[in-house]
Amino acid sequence: MKDPDQPRRLLKQMVMIRRFEEKCAELYQAEKIRGFLHLYIGEEAVATGVIDTLAPGDAVVATYREHGHALALGVDAGRILAEMYGAVEGVSMGRGGSMHLFDAEKRLYGGNAIVGGGLPIAVGLGLADLLQGRDRVTAVFFGEGAVAEGEFHESMNLAALWHLPVLFCCENNLYAMGTALDRAQTQTRITLKASSYEMPAWDVDGMDVVAVEEAASRAVESIRGGGGPHFLELRTYRFRAHSMFDPELYRDKEEVNEWKHRDPIEMFFTKLEADATLNTQDLNAIEDEVAAEIDTAVAFAEAGTLEPLGDLTRFVHSEEVAR
Amino acid sequence: MTVTQPQSATVTMTYREAVREGIRDAVAGDDRVFLMGEDVGRYGGCYAVSKGLFDEFGEERIRDTPLSESGFVGAGIGAALGGMRPIVEVMTVNFSLLALDQIVNTAALYLHMSGGQFNVPIVIRMVTGAGRQLGAQHSHSLEAWFAHVPGLKVVAPATIEDARWMLATALEDPDPVIIFEHAALYGTSGEMPADSGPVDIDTARIRRSGDDVSIITHGGSLHKALTAAEELAASGISAEVLDLRSLRPLDSEAIIRTVSRTHRLVIVDEGWKSVGLSAEVLARVVEDAMWELDAPVKRVCSVEVPIPYARHMEEEALPQVHDIVVAALEILDR
Repeated sequence: MKDPDQPRRLLKQMVMIRRFEEKCAELYQAEKIRGFLHLYIGEEAVATGVIDTLAPGDAVVATYREHGHALALGVDAGRILAEMYGAVEGVSMGRGGSMHLFDAEKRLYGGNAIVGGGLPIAVGLGLADLLQGRDRVTAVFFGEGAVAEGEFHESMNLAALWHLPVLFCCENNLYAMGTALDRAQTQTRITLKASSYEMPAWDVDGMDVVAVEEAASRAVESIRGGGGPHFLELRTYRFRAHSMFDPELYRDKEEVNEWKHRDPIEMFFTKLEADATLNTQDLNAIEDEVAAEIDTAVAFAEAGTLEPLGDLTRFVHSEEVAR
Repeated sequence: MTVTQPQSATVTMTYREAVREGIRDAVAGDDRVFLMGEDVGRYGGCYAVSKGLFDEFGEERIRDTPLSESGFVGAGIGAALGGMRPIVEVMTVNFSLLALDQIVNTAALYLHMSGGQFNVPIVIRMVTGAGRQLGAQHSHSLEAWFAHVPGLKVVAPATIEDARWMLATALEDPDPVIIFEHAALYGTSGEMPADSGPVDIDTARIRRSGDDVSIITHGGSLHKALTAAEELAASGISAEVLDLRSLRPLDSEAIIRTVSRTHRLVIVDEGWKSVGLSAEVLARVVEDAMWELDAPVKRVCSVEVPIPYARHMEEEALPQVHDIVVAALEILDR
């Protein structure tokens, strides 16, 4: 890491995602948030490490477990939370909810809740950049479950065939909802599938933010240099249930606990403490800052207002042509 | 009871040429426009629509794709989000079912889900309809499936002028537009004013005026309806033919207007009756103009069977001129 501010920034980002998600769970219990809610707890190093390597103007296409990606892109936490409150002040004006966070300014293209559905979009964004000669990268996130979808294979092939500036980020958390990878796919080495499309494919410890950042950095640099699409398999684990409705019958508590020993935040802090980059006081300061930001976000969401019912049919078609 | 006569100089061309000219114009006139689909390039298009364009514009802009309907339709959507104006060709509507996820779950929803931030200016062209003995998996008319979905606009050019000019308007639209081209129309030819230009894509149009009965149809059935009207005229019956042109939005006002004038209605749709486009047109008439009707409404649609290969069976399955004439005579008590 060349940037001296980076360690603290990465740590704070992960803590922010963790605490934000914990707050979401709490607000869900309080029935402030409804619908499906998918928490990113345990997987923070992935979005944090990858998105830190992107430049302004790059695009992100994410899944329905995308709060962390939105936060890492710098989308305002209050507006994300307001979206989950169904408030008009939300990032998608309350039309999207937890699974459909969008931000045109940050180039966040969802929040896509059809598994695999975001991949062709990323291919198209890359194609537009290629055709317009723009030096931009599109990073698309998807779970290992998406690898079983036809859209995964179609998109990998198209991106490689057309040599598009797309970074494929497979968040392999081992379970597609409740179905374990080895119960769903014959070839469980995902990078092998990616390699078959003639693109560089690396597996990365997704619990180690430094490893994620280094791999993503190398991939993004190569893509910007005209290296075509790259693929990262980020091996991670979700500490919480799939959604708020999941009784977790498909995995052992021991397995979850074992992974918790590799908590990405604890691991990173331990490392930073060991090499005297940061100390407990720094961590406490980060926690305080994050707590204040989350308080502000909650206050913003609580003050959110509801879009008038008369606006129900807005955004079916663009308003510039509406009569 | 007059067929619209061209006023000024006219040009004659086939429907295929008209579509091709529309594409050529669009690609030549706007760097953001490109055509993408299976065999649109080197092969020249499955129906030879894009023949010659590959040589003229090159492989970047007349882009052949692998057989990956969901992938390349989705890539078109992404490219539209990235500032391009893609024309994506899907070889037939039956194949488009492989891309339904992208069309319905992405293109139609992005603007809404994003609270108005991301519009998707994509045009998807696809072939629809039967009549060429291509069997069940290449012959269906599923326009109504797409016309069901808020967020999409669905049009069906039936005339040379619409085939030539609807594309330009569709490309100007900030939102997704699906253009259905009936396979049997490509080889037909007709004329249009030499000085014709872009046409609207949200209104129906009367193709033949009449007083006794309205025939509402679209796409590949328009010519059958016009021929039926001609036959009815020989029996002294004046039929009005309304070409819907736009299937979403439906031009309810035009539908109500013609029914309010003739008080009798035959709906012709190559799709199936059940839960189909003809049912929707009929429902709107019943909702808004039931008291205008002097007789029960007749629907002439495809028989509820997958379209068969054998010619005699295929013909039997599809709406034919004779069926339209019989339906009109029945509600006129003739």
